Amino acid sequence: HPAFLLPDCRRYSVGHLSVKERIDMKRKAALVGGGQKRIDAQHKRGKLTARERVELLLDPESFVESDMFVEHRCSDFGMEQDRNKFPGDSVVTGRGRINGRLVYVFSQDFTVFGGSLSGAHAQKICKIMDQAMTVGAPVIGLNDSGGARIQEGVESLAGYADIFLRNVLASGVVPQISLIMGPCAGGAVYSPALTDFTFMVKDTSYLFITGPDVVKSVTNEDVTQEELGGAKTHTTVSGVAHHAFENDVDALLNMREFFNFLPLSNQDPSPIRACHDPSDRLVTSLDTIVPFETTKAYDMLDIIHAIVDERDFFEIMPSYAKNIVVGFARMNGRTVGIVGNQPKVASGCLDINSSVKGARFVRFCDAFNIPIITFVDVPGFLPGTAQEYGGIIRHGAKLLYAFAEATVPKITIITRKAYGGAYDVMSSKHLRGDVNYAWPSAEVAVMGAKGAVQIIFRGKENQAEAEAEYVEKFANPFPAAVRGFVDDIIEPATTRKKICRDLEVLASKKQVNPWKKHANIPL
Amino acid sequence: MTTSCCFTLFICGGPLPPFQLQTVSLEPFFLPRTALKKSRRCVGDKNTKSVFCLPPQTFDKILIANRGEIACRVIKTCQKMGIKSVAVHSDVDASAVHVKMADEAVCVGPAPTSKSYLNMDAIMDAIRSTGAQAVHPGYGFLSENKEFAKRLAAEGVTFIGPDTHAIMAMGDKIESKLIAKAAKVNTIPGFDGVVETADDAVKIAQQIGYPVMIKASAGGGGKGMRIAWNDEETREGFRFSSQEAASSFGDDRLLIEKYIDNPRHIEIQVLADKHGNALWLNERECSIQRRNQKVVEEAPSTFLDSVTRRAMGEQAVQLAKAVQYSSAGTVEFLVDSKKNFYFLEMNTRLQVEHPITECITGLDLVEQMIRVAKGYKLLHKQEDIPINGWAIESRVYAEDPYKSFGLPSIGRLSQYQEPLNLSNVRVDSGIQEGSDISIYYDPMISKLVTYGATRAEALSKMEDALDNYVIRGVTHNIPLLREIITHPRFISGDISTNFLPEVYPDGFKGHQLEVGNRRELLASAAALYITAQLRSQKVLGNLRVSSTPVECTHWELCAELGEGLYSMEVEVDGGKVEVSGQWNLASTLLPLTINGTDRMLQCLSRDASGQIVLQYLGTSFKVRVLSKLAAELNSYMPEKVAEDTSSILRSPMPGSVVAVSVKPGDTVAEGQEICVIEAMKMQNSLTAAKQAKVKKVHCKPGETVGEGDLLVELE
Repeated sequence: HPAFLLPDCRRYSVGHLSVKERIDMKRKAALVGGGQKRIDAQHKRGKLTARERVELLLDPESFVESDMFVEHRCSDFGMEQDRNKFPGDSVVTGRGRINGRLVYVFSQDFTVFGGSLSGAHAQKICKIMDQAMTVGAPVIGLNDSGGARIQEGVESLAGYADIFLRNVLASGVVPQISLIMGPCAGGAVYSPALTDFTFMVKDTSYLFITGPDVVKSVTNEDVTQEELGGAKTHTTVSGVAHHAFENDVDALLNMREFFNFLPLSNQDPSPIRACHDPSDRLVTSLDTIVPFETTKAYDMLDIIHAIVDERDFFEIMPSYAKNIVVGFARMNGRTVGIVGNQPKVASGCLDINSSVKGARFVRFCDAFNIPIITFVDVPGFLPGTAQEYGGIIRHGAKLLYAFAEATVPKITIITRKAYGGAYDVMSSKHLRGDVNYAWPSAEVAVMGAKGAVQIIFRGKENQAEAEAEYVEKFANPFPAAVRGFVDDIIEPATTRKKICRDLEVLASKKQVNPWKKHANIPL
Repeated sequence: MTTSCCFTLFICGGPLPPFQLQTVSLEPFFLPRTALKKSRRCVGDKNTKSVFCLPPQTFDKILIANRGEIACRVIKTCQKMGIKSVAVHSDVDASAVHVKMADEAVCVGPAPTSKSYLNMDAIMDAIRSTGAQAVHPGYGFLSENKEFAKRLAAEGVTFIGPDTHAIMAMGDKIESKLIAKAAKVNTIPGFDGVVETADDAVKIAQQIGYPVMIKASAGGGGKGMRIAWNDEETREGFRFSSQEAASSFGDDRLLIEKYIDNPRHIEIQVLADKHGNALWLNERECSIQRRNQKVVEEAPSTFLDSVTRRAMGEQAVQLAKAVQYSSAGTVEFLVDSKKNFYFLEMNTRLQVEHPITECITGLDLVEQMIRVAKGYKLLHKQEDIPINGWAIESRVYAEDPYKSFGLPSIGRLSQYQEPLNLSNVRVDSGIQEGSDISIYYDPMISKLVTYGATRAEALSKMEDALDNYVIRGVTHNIPLLREIITHPRFISGDISTNFLPEVYPDGFKGHQLEVGNRRELLASAAALYITAQLRSQKVLGNLRVSSTPVECTHWELCAELGEGLYSMEVEVDGGKVEVSGQWNLASTLLPLTINGTDRMLQCLSRDASGQIVLQYLGTSFKVRVLSKLAAELNSYMPEKVAEDTSSILRSPMPGSVVAVSVKPGDTVAEGQEICVIEAMKMQNSLTAAKQAKVKKVHCKPGETVGEGDLLVELE
């Protein structure tokens, strides 16, 4: 017996190895997860392993792992056997740095029981979430899991709920990001859904409540995994995911870039990066961007790219509800949230999907002290039964609510149309806009000239004349400017300069909403 | 704020002020210092009462019946001469540069040229309503339209150009040749008529001198054309051509003409007044062409000696006098390898490439045209006309040079910066940042002219100017232009109208990197990558949670370029390739010093996944820079299957569908025409890439399509 041969080696545990040897062995085992064969299979699917992902996401050698020795506690169905125990179980957790900034990470390991969620797995995730909350640092989850650990039954379900609760409590306290890098099905989907941002990897990630087989048996629909819950579906149709990336490497590198925009918590101001782009740069190309014909479209992204630092704009949900554009950019180095109507798509009108997309983004910015810059060219809310039956009133109210409630610096630029209720909604002066500008091409009115004249002069002659009069009176920025509803009418070329200057002043803005347990946004 | 560093490949450090381009505004008209002094002399102006030099009284107001760069060019001279200018424009051009520059502007119709810039009724109305006394037509549009000249004359408005008579005489190809012959101008020797026997054909060929070209008179263009270098080939050519003439056209006549081998296109600028005086203002070499459109021009030509130049100049003047030409005009010649020259045609207008003549002679041709139109005599004598230095013009087009040397592209110029920070550079353009290049008009962005005491100086300036030219938002031909002007054959002056197809027989492929250049490119990309990485670690302001940036002086990187994969070790303060510069990540221009050589690169794009697109030596290269770890892991990433392009047909450019030749269910053969797309005056036939059945047709005639739009699907 080796222990007998080495009497001076103190042993605390059974087995034939010293503690040190066992530590080394366990660590080694943890590092290979489910073993080389499963790692190879993972690679073959075009996916990286949980550890490779963490390594790529974080700064080199910055990862500090926790709970490497945790093992699952299930003793049914032969799970108690040694060969079914994997140190660290099916998730890698810890903290690290992204460009020097603190972040907590969990990365589900598909090579161990298909990344399924055991009680221990959930406990590990909850631990780092709790730490992130006490320190005030974001949590990034890399999801790649087959679902609940069925052998564990209710313990697994309890684990999900424990995570959900923490997701909810952390909401608005620290930024939470989910990156779906494999399957994520059943109850598991609700953790990403509760986080601030859900990103996906094209072709290798899926999100659904029930898979194609169950769908077939319940509704008799034939649908592929990709169609049901692939990256394309969720970034274009359902709006569940905020962006999709080509592959794991692309996604993780983009996460690093995205992380640079975010403050660590609601206690921190929006981060400032060294800026090479002069804050007083005149953007002359904007003077001609709005076409003379009010019905002609232009691309709001052209305006955004030209105004922000270095044309660097991280668009959120670029393929969903494209009639509104939202995303992060920097002005003179400081992160800002950009919201803009997109005249190129559906004339930039507000509908159910665009209202919800905009509202969620505005609320994120407000929760994390990120100033909001709003570009307005909106002909109104989209009419029709589809919208009314779908509850445009309820959903449109969300965007209105979000803008009204926000206390971060709010700067609004009306580039062209600001019609009807949509004018009020889009961060208007009346909703506590700090600085509201109009370009000379702005028209603030209840509706377009034609519609207005048809109502005012119903059945009368000389409609054309009346229309011309209406245009003369309302199709310009003056009606709003004389009432102080816009603070100034500015040359488009000076927009960047003015926004940068205003943001400097507004950095010390303090505004508090009345005390409440929590507000009651129309969900 | 910018960081500058020395990396690894070695990149050096320390804060530097932000890099910003200084824009130096040039005089509206570019006169080299060596220019003629006489051109500014005060002549024949009764109103000149002071010692100040005022231009002679000409017109109060001129309407420019054109758009784009040429309209701007004319307006600049009007401003210089104190003449009020009137612009005309289509509705889409309402905020165009020429409209802003002019004192007044009138909309003459919707976008299509036939309804606006060619709409004589509307332009005549504009002249009446603005009270313009004269019209400058620019080039193209109505510049050689005799009807327009007549209508102006009828209303007593001066046409700034030659008389109707000259326009008509030179507008007809056959008549112009006859006039030229009569004026003792060399024309291409030839015979057009019935040739009885092969011996007759040989006799004619011998008279003309070999090589000769034989074809049926009735056949258009180069169809059925045969080249004969000796008697034997002439007999053979006669046999074939007469058979073809009889069978295909039912017309026995044959055309036997001198065949000009490897011709150069050289033209003479002439300037004539209404008093019978005419000057030749030297030549322009315009041999670099694609599809008969000029790309690079220069003045003077490397090929002409003073004797030939004088002979050509004198013949050009003879022709001008023969048609009582007044104003500026151009006589085009084909010149063969033995310096024989033959009249091709006369352009009775201001040429696109006139700036290079202005550079070497110091004359403002538009000013001269305006003076002459008013009836003034020419200011200069032939012996006053110098050749001062050398001027090169590159036509910068919004087109993709990788597709048959240039297929039109459209878009919005999201960023645009002309290289006017350099001396001896003139840019004639009619667009600015934010302008749209639309499908309605010529896709020319600008004419980039550089000037130098010698050709080498002008060429090196052109290299710099092309490297400093920032154009974003549309595909442009700067890669091709830069390759042409640095090609050994071009530098040695060994050019002809066949230059492009000869030098790039398989089409233009961009700059081909050699080992040294590749290293420079990779080092630059790596340095840029690290600069961006280092900046990301610098978070400003008071931080609640301290930041721990990675202390890293040694980077192991991997770069993908084309098919190749290169690994690099980048070290701060060490290594072999030294790259330094002001690392401004916001600037479009990236001035670097690589191993002691100054290079102007441009960063076209840079993204989070390490993709960096750099414009280097004119061509844009995609480099992907990854950390060693990321590169290793990237090898596991699956290749995304590219779309099978053989079974789908996409529009290669924006334009309108002229014809669709197939319908679903048809079987097409490889190479069979599927549809025709028209863009910017050009019709492009799109063909099937394989034999297949047509599955679906997504376009119909008359429709407007964008680049990459799906047109037809095959099975």
